[in-house]
Amino acid sequence: MKLITAIIKPFKLEEVRSALTDHGLQGMTVTEVKGYGRQKGHTEIYRGSEYAVNFLPKIKVEVVVPSDEVDKALDAIQKAAKTGQIGDGKIFVSPVEHTVRIRTGEADENAL
Amino acid sequence: MHLNTIRKLTVSACLAATLYAGSALPAFAQDAAPTLDTGDTAWMLISTAIVLMMSIPGLALFYGGMVRKKNVLSVLMATFATVCLMSVLWVIAGYSLAFSDGGAYQHYIGGLSKAMFAGIGKDSLQGTIPELVFATFQMTFAAITPALIIGSIVDRMKFSSLLIFMALWLFVVYVPVCHWVWGGGFLGNDGVLDFAGGTVVHINAGIAGLVACLVLGRRSGYGTENMAPFNLVLTVIGASLLWVGWFGFNAGSALAANGTAGAAMAATQVATATAALAWMFSEWLVHGKPSVLGITSGAVAGLVAITPACGFVDVKGALIIGAAAGVGCYVMSTGVKKALRYDDSLDVFGVHAVGGIIGAVLTGVFAVEAIGGKSGLLEGNFAQVPIQVYGVLATIAWCAVATFVILMLLKVTVGIRVSPAAEVEGLDVALHGESVQ
Repeated sequence: MKLITAIIKPFKLEEVRSALTDHGLQGMTVTEVKGYGRQKGHTEIYRGSEYAVNFLPKIKVEVVVPSDEVDKALDAIQKAAKTGQIGDGKIFVSPVEHTVRIRTGEADENAL
Repeated sequence: MHLNTIRKLTVSACLAATLYAGSALPAFAQDAAPTLDTGDTAWMLISTAIVLMMSIPGLALFYGGMVRKKNVLSVLMATFATVCLMSVLWVIAGYSLAFSDGGAYQHYIGGLSKAMFAGIGKDSLQGTIPELVFATFQMTFAAITPALIIGSIVDRMKFSSLLIFMALWLFVVYVPVCHWVWGGGFLGNDGVLDFAGGTVVHINAGIAGLVACLVLGRRSGYGTENMAPFNLVLTVIGASLLWVGWFGFNAGSALAANGTAGAAMAATQVATATAALAWMFSEWLVHGKPSVLGITSGAVAGLVAITPACGFVDVKGALIIGAAAGVGCYVMSTGVKKALRYDDSLDVFGVHAVGGIIGAVLTGVFAVEAIGGKSGLLEGNFAQVPIQVYGVLATIAWCAVATFVILMLLKVTVGIRVSPAAEVEGLDVALHGESVQ
């Protein structure tokens, strides 16, 4: 099993969600986050006072998938979240040791 | 108007006929005695209510949206509490000292004969409206003026000393200047034109704001921390409520539902719109983007500048006054403030003092005899501008010195600034035990 963590532009969330659902993946966890990469932040000006806004709002999508479905999922997320502009985000993949469904006690891939 | 005039004439004629049977001459003398006009009274009741709306929630939201989230409630609280405190003090002695006869000191201050509204019954008249309506209308002016100062001291002043400051400032600064201009004092007698409060309200509050922010010092983190406004939606709502309420302030200052009120209303609208656009375009030109905070600030600058002028100028004058205020206040609130590094946090000086001065001086230029019965520079009355400047300087001098003395007294006694820890935590939690999520 792999944990896919995708940092995406907030307005791309719905497209990413439906792309993953179309590939048969059930469930995901979404968090509103702030951060920056190469895009950096921007400046805001209020009555002549400039403030650097370094951290931009992003959405973090977390989804755990069986190892053999990782590529499919990565492909779906990348296609859906891409605008071609700087700041589209990143996707991280990491191993998951164990999974339990709380209601039934099912484990690992049966719990996904 | 015709109906009212006829009714008044009929009533006076009947009275006169009864009292002075057989003599026609005293009938005209009797005609000059004021009688209550229901139209005027209705308009002044409404004006009073909407001027209160300018302070709460108008000004409170305008300012509240501009501070950081941790201080929003402290700003709303300061405004609300100031309005309450000023209302009480106005009844106790403020109105009397501003508007009753001061005897030997009449040039400078009124007397105490109307303290606690003594002798003002429900049938007492001020012109054609009940004096209680006039006194309450003026109460809303006395409430908003100190509240305007709050914009310069946000995020760092102790609430307890704020209340003491407001109370002292009302009696030492607002009440005398109000008397000088409107209560029979020397500025009004010398011919200073101030229709709705350019000197009394805006220059007064703006200068006090500048002095207060200098005595208090800058907010900690000024220039390094991000002090971007918490929620400009609140600021837009506040500015819009101020704009609507300002018709009560300016057109209401005619103290009647008549042509002068109409002229004041038209001048107010056109000056405000022009100033909002002037600020917006200035900012667009200099910073590359027209901002929401900019256009709302411009509108308030226009409202301020047209306040002394609105019953004296026509719409052409109002247009120019608006444009001058939009550009002038923009320059003072952005470039000049930044260069001099004083932390007039929400630009009480840059908008109210600067706008007030522009408006007061230009009233002397653009006054039209056909509107307010007074001529300005453009109609050949060269004396009016110097008189306006004299009114402005007298107000600045008294306000600056008195405000400084009050604040220094408070500084060495009860203290005026919150602890650094409270400032970091935010005044909402530190002073009021509440917070906005």
